[in-house]
Amino acid sequence: MKLLDKDGAQRIAAKVMALTKADECRVAISGSRKGNVRYARNSVSTAGLVEDTQLSVSVAFGKRQGTAQINEFDDKSLEKAVRRAEEVARLAPENPEFMPAIGKQDFKPSGTFNANANAFTPEYRAEVAFQSIDAARKKGLVAAGYFSDSTGFECIANSNGVFGYQELASLNFTVTTRTEDGRGSGWVNRAAYDPNGFDARAASDIAIEKALRSVEAKALEPGRYTVVLEPSASSDMLNFMFGAFDARQADEGRSFLSKKGGGNRLGDRLFDEKVNVWADPWDAGAPVLPWDAQSMMARQRTDLIKNGQVASLDYDRYWAQKTGKPASADHGNIIMGGGSKSTEQLVAETKKGILVTRTWYIRMVDPQSLLLTGLTRDGTFYIENGKIKHPIKNFRFNESPVVMLNNIDELGKPMLIGDASSRFRMMIPAMRVRDFNFTSLSDAV
Amino acid sequence: MERRTFLKVSAAAGGTMLVPVFGHAIAAEELLSPVAVAFKKSLADAAMNAATKAGASYCDVRIGRYLNQFITTRDTNVENIVNTESSGVGVRVIAGGAYGFVATNVMTPDSVAEAARQAVAIARANARLQGEPVQLAPVQGVGEVAWATPFTKDWRTVPVKDKAEMLIAANKAGMAAGATFMTSMLFQVNQQKYFASTDGSYIDQDIHRLWSPFTATAVDKASGKFRTRDGLSSPAGMGYEFFDAKPQHKIRAAGGVTTLYRGAYDIVEDARAAGRQAREKLTAKSVEPGKYDLVLSPEHLFLTIHESVGHATELDRVLGYEANYAGTSFATLDKWQTKKFKYGSDIVNFVADRTTPGSLGAVGYDDEGVAGKRWDIIKDGVLVNYQATRDQAHIIGEKASHGCSFADSWSSVQFQRMPNVSLAAGTKPLTPDELVKDVKKGIYILGRGSYSIDQQRYNFQFGGQLYYEIKDGKITQPLGDVAYQANTQEFWNACSAMCDERDWRMGGSFFDGKGQPSQISAVSHGSSTTRFNGINVINTARKIA
Repeated sequence: MKLLDKDGAQRIAAKVMALTKADECRVAISGSRKGNVRYARNSVSTAGLVEDTQLSVSVAFGKRQGTAQINEFDDKSLEKAVRRAEEVARLAPENPEFMPAIGKQDFKPSGTFNANANAFTPEYRAEVAFQSIDAARKKGLVAAGYFSDSTGFECIANSNGVFGYQELASLNFTVTTRTEDGRGSGWVNRAAYDPNGFDARAASDIAIEKALRSVEAKALEPGRYTVVLEPSASSDMLNFMFGAFDARQADEGRSFLSKKGGGNRLGDRLFDEKVNVWADPWDAGAPVLPWDAQSMMARQRTDLIKNGQVASLDYDRYWAQKTGKPASADHGNIIMGGGSKSTEQLVAETKKGILVTRTWYIRMVDPQSLLLTGLTRDGTFYIENGKIKHPIKNFRFNESPVVMLNNIDELGKPMLIGDASSRFRMMIPAMRVRDFNFTSLSDAV
Repeated sequence: MERRTFLKVSAAAGGTMLVPVFGHAIAAEELLSPVAVAFKKSLADAAMNAATKAGASYCDVRIGRYLNQFITTRDTNVENIVNTESSGVGVRVIAGGAYGFVATNVMTPDSVAEAARQAVAIARANARLQGEPVQLAPVQGVGEVAWATPFTKDWRTVPVKDKAEMLIAANKAGMAAGATFMTSMLFQVNQQKYFASTDGSYIDQDIHRLWSPFTATAVDKASGKFRTRDGLSSPAGMGYEFFDAKPQHKIRAAGGVTTLYRGAYDIVEDARAAGRQAREKLTAKSVEPGKYDLVLSPEHLFLTIHESVGHATELDRVLGYEANYAGTSFATLDKWQTKKFKYGSDIVNFVADRTTPGSLGAVGYDDEGVAGKRWDIIKDGVLVNYQATRDQAHIIGEKASHGCSFADSWSSVQFQRMPNVSLAAGTKPLTPDELVKDVKKGIYILGRGSYSIDQQRYNFQFGGQLYYEIKDGKITQPLGDVAYQANTQEFWNACSAMCDERDWRMGGSFFDGKGQPSQISAVSHGSSTTRFNGINVINTARKIA
């Protein structure tokens, strides 16, 4: 079906809420049009388009809640969804942690939509693939890439008068370019809201250059090295850390933010004082919706780390009430402050170190210290006297982002990371970090 | 992994787990009425006729109804009960030598015929960018057939209340035994899949799977330390009888350190052990890093097999189709062609299969209508084969597909997915206790823990749930902060002994991700308790400011 405009979405939400006999009702409607093209071995392998609009209705009788979802919008289907939600609510056990629907909120619009998103057509996607493959072919390389775009809207409403509607658009592009003999590999990632700022060929050229420069890799001994981490190389590690900023876990003693003897580490200086991180739905570079769909709370600009100190923790409404603290909406983005230097400038000012393009397969080893393991990939180079001296073999690391953010030497210019698997939209700077812990060598290219 | 719809559930300490959810929520009583086979056949015929008329040389139609029920609990509370359903039709064609695919959730003859025509148009557009035309290995049409996961108790008929009570009972048992917190979950899946192709097959399948993971967390407030112990359950391709564990389903771990399970699971008993063991982990001796002989229990080893053998022998990765995301593979065609590439020691034999009862990978037919089969991947330590689909079989000189083509939804295009890949049991009689007797300096590892491997499957690092020191043939004490790092080929060549068939059982991965956009798949891996000599163990304890 056609994507709903604000009036259309509001009409459906009102109709749904009028149908229920429950104590309260929450409605979420989201519609999207998602296109993608995938290629490998210099040839398109799949291309697709999915259009869908979903309605979720959640009702409660006392502390018993039920949810139903449908993707049909005629009157009969709407009624069916409401009755199903009511039935689940009646059968559900009482949830002692149930929080009633929130009161009216003020949602200040954020810039999640760009009118140029109409450029997302099958021809546009095919051209992206062509530009990327053509650039690789001309250098005798093999490209494998994925471009995806999404336009749509989100709408929330509840029986206490909450209402929000906003449109969204975004694109995401990654390509891995490899030499025919498999000895060199380069990668690039681009995310944007406006297709006008996106150049598939220019992005692909970066992956191509990294592939060509990464053949003849030499092995360095594992150990602690100064590293220049491109934004995509640290974003996954930071994602793990900010996903664990939960106050309840910390208060319960099962988080790296738990305090010995009880309580949490809010206010402690856990990181280098150059580290400043905040969430801001209206950030110009990484805007997100001004609400959190689950709690329906309005998002606020919130400092997470201020001059190296833990500035706030995430309190859901239940835990906030229990501990007498203000509740916070789930953050949609993570913005890390930086400077104005490019990755190249950070490299130019590095005496000895390692440039890391990308990290891969990162998993939690120990939640107590937030120790993570993972590997470098698709462009790892040795730096000497400000120059890239030669490619090096990939490393496995065992490092905690807490330690990493204590060893910050310098921060570069933040860049948008649009990884679809991430819980957050992120603006992350390139960073030079001392004593990053590489524990073994990998033969992978 | 692509951001789809996620169900946010509490998981191990320090975070939450995002579980992909497909489809929309429905009432439980609606789960039971299947879509009539005659209706599905008429839809499939409408699509295939339209595709053929539009010039397709081949067409397959998948009509799917995917039903899930997820229950999540935290301590003594039920946090969430979700019923979902997703139905629709996916049409794949070959025209002009290229693939085209279109899916629709509008299940009418007109709609699927239109989808088929669009798929042909996409195939023709792709054909211009295609190097070589798609070559499908032949499949004999099987006419109208049906296959179902064998089970005796349908999860869809068990009251939600009973399931929630079982999880809460497990949580209570864990907390009574020493856990400060417990979370437990129950995932139940029913895939009603209808496949038809212009080769003359109309295959109706009813697939059931379930999994019940939990995490016990023990906190010592005074020291600020916390440790977790996850359940030792293995997901299974069976019905709710999985929870009716009898004495014959229980296996004594080496040294009697815990109880393990085969063919059924006692979640309350395992949770009780977990509560005690999570507390025990708080004071376990921190491991001295160095070389150890590792004794790996099947509930742990399955994930090492999955990552270092299962993914490494996927032919699409070997060829470069996954280069941008999951990666490629060190197990290249030139190594395989030598017929001498020693993947492991002489006693290492890996068999791929889609037939083992109770496994996650067991199906009657894959999503190209190829019957489930068994074949060797590694024989006497040598790499002898891969996992292939119909369009890949000719590349490795096979006359037929291995039956490895799957999609996770009617709306996803099918591609190469891993079958069960299992390590054959030892041929000489050997129990876990007897195996431990020969180890001078070793570590016994049980349960699935941290896991990470590089994009060509050379370098990996794994942790577990329980670690025990082995000294001069005896299990002496629990250890903490253990992980092992190895190179795939060196690791499997260090394989020196394995227990016999009596100890063989399967572990499995319920949400294995691959592809862009990411699709999930469920797969089992069997082994018996196995020994590896001289493996590098690191200490993972760290202090933060």
